[in-house]
Amino acid sequence: MNADGAHADLVEELLAGKHRALARVITKIENRAPGYRELVSQLHQHTGDAEVIGITGSPGAGKSTLVDKMANRYRERGETVGVIAVDPSSPFTGGAVLGDRIRMASNVGDMDVFFRSMSARGHLGGLSTATTDAVKALDAFGKDKIIIETVGAGQNEIDIVKTADTVAVLVPPGSGDNVQMLKAGILEIGDVFAVNKADLDGADQTVQELREMIHMRGTAGSGMASSGHHGNAGGSDRMKGGAGDEGDGEDGEDEYDWEPQVVETIAKEGEGVEEFLGVLADHYEYLEESGLLETRAQTRYAEEIRTLLRNDVSALMEDEIEAQGGIEKMADRVLERETDPYSVADDVLKPLRDCLEEQ
Amino acid sequence: MSADSQQQSIRCLVAKVGLDGHDRGAHVIARAFRDAGFEVVYSGLHNAPDEIVQAAVQEDVNVLGISILSGAHNTLVPKIIDGLKEYDAFEDTLVLVGGVVPDDDKEELKEMGVAEVFGPGTPMEETIEFVRENAPER
Repeated sequence: MNADGAHADLVEELLAGKHRALARVITKIENRAPGYRELVSQLHQHTGDAEVIGITGSPGAGKSTLVDKMANRYRERGETVGVIAVDPSSPFTGGAVLGDRIRMASNVGDMDVFFRSMSARGHLGGLSTATTDAVKALDAFGKDKIIIETVGAGQNEIDIVKTADTVAVLVPPGSGDNVQMLKAGILEIGDVFAVNKADLDGADQTVQELREMIHMRGTAGSGMASSGHHGNAGGSDRMKGGAGDEGDGEDGEDEYDWEPQVVETIAKEGEGVEEFLGVLADHYEYLEESGLLETRAQTRYAEEIRTLLRNDVSALMEDEIEAQGGIEKMADRVLERETDPYSVADDVLKPLRDCLEEQ
Repeated sequence: MSADSQQQSIRCLVAKVGLDGHDRGAHVIARAFRDAGFEVVYSGLHNAPDEIVQAAVQEDVNVLGISILSGAHNTLVPKIIDGLKEYDAFEDTLVLVGGVVPDDDKEELKEMGVAEVFGPGTPMEETIEFVRENAPER
């Protein structure tokens, strides 16, 4: 009861524009503090106005520097900015050094750039939930642009940028021969590519290779075309979250025919930033006009609901396993050939299944 | 494990304020904090009090560690504390100072609201233990 009251105040203060409240709400989200779900629920109706941009790329690509300059330009136009920078945490101690703030030099002392560091905290798949919720907090607070910055190293990180309307991938020059370009991974998720540090040797070649790659995935021979389209639609497919989306026809309403753009930037000098922002805006406009912005949001919410349900159901099952004597006991019975894993799973699920059927 | 299980973590801002350009000590403490399992936000060199306040508020840190070697603590620390108060962030932030601070000034800083001052040669474990025991809850 008490916690509820405190949270109501927090929501009120956040909506009233108190930075401290916004910061505290994000902490509660990160900590999965008691009552945080209710908090996020209350914020939801105040969200939906921000444009969310994901920035990813290998370490050292210059993401933070570019984000700093982006935030600065947006501010010059009178828009407010929220930034969430995700850094890895130690798998051994859980500790982390979150160093991206250092590079936010252009926005020092400007509270309307709200920069928040988040650590991965070793969550299994939970990080993207926490990030999505933190984005909601910034959105409800009234930020016009929200930038999510993360190292594009693995599945978790790619999940995070899925929260964004537009995903930009930063590629440093000479970051690989054409074999690297062929490899699957972050290159497939980009709506926009920025070859940063474009003043370095090899920048032209990297731009060239990226363009070729994009060209190939767009217009390969007929056999390739469908997979090419798939790669291309990766932009929209990625929103669908893999399995269980039979509803959407392959070439249904979700026609994503945006051709990824390649921009050259020298973030440190601020060069190319304006052009980069222009392309991001173009992409957003494309999403709006094609109606994809809404379709994608819907798909995202569907996926969010699924994720929550999966987590909740698995928590329920953990409780049920405990109630039935614990997982070790069950495993022992399987080991003794008294039963088998399928039967055990059936037994554990039975009460839940019965309950749902009776409804 | 459900992704919903609570995950508290001690968050610290390690800040270099003012003009001194020597941050070896700040690096060492940042790393030690990380190894202790804390989440450390490092501010970089040459921060103004404003910047420190902005970072501490936005990052919602439980602990603010200010490293000063220049002797300017008497002018800089009060500014930071006032800034934290302005954002209602002073009450639940543990403020620590590290560096070369004369005994008289130490007392003054503590009266101002600094929880502890760690001079040169303080064993890292002592600082970490102090943080573990005194970091305010979130």
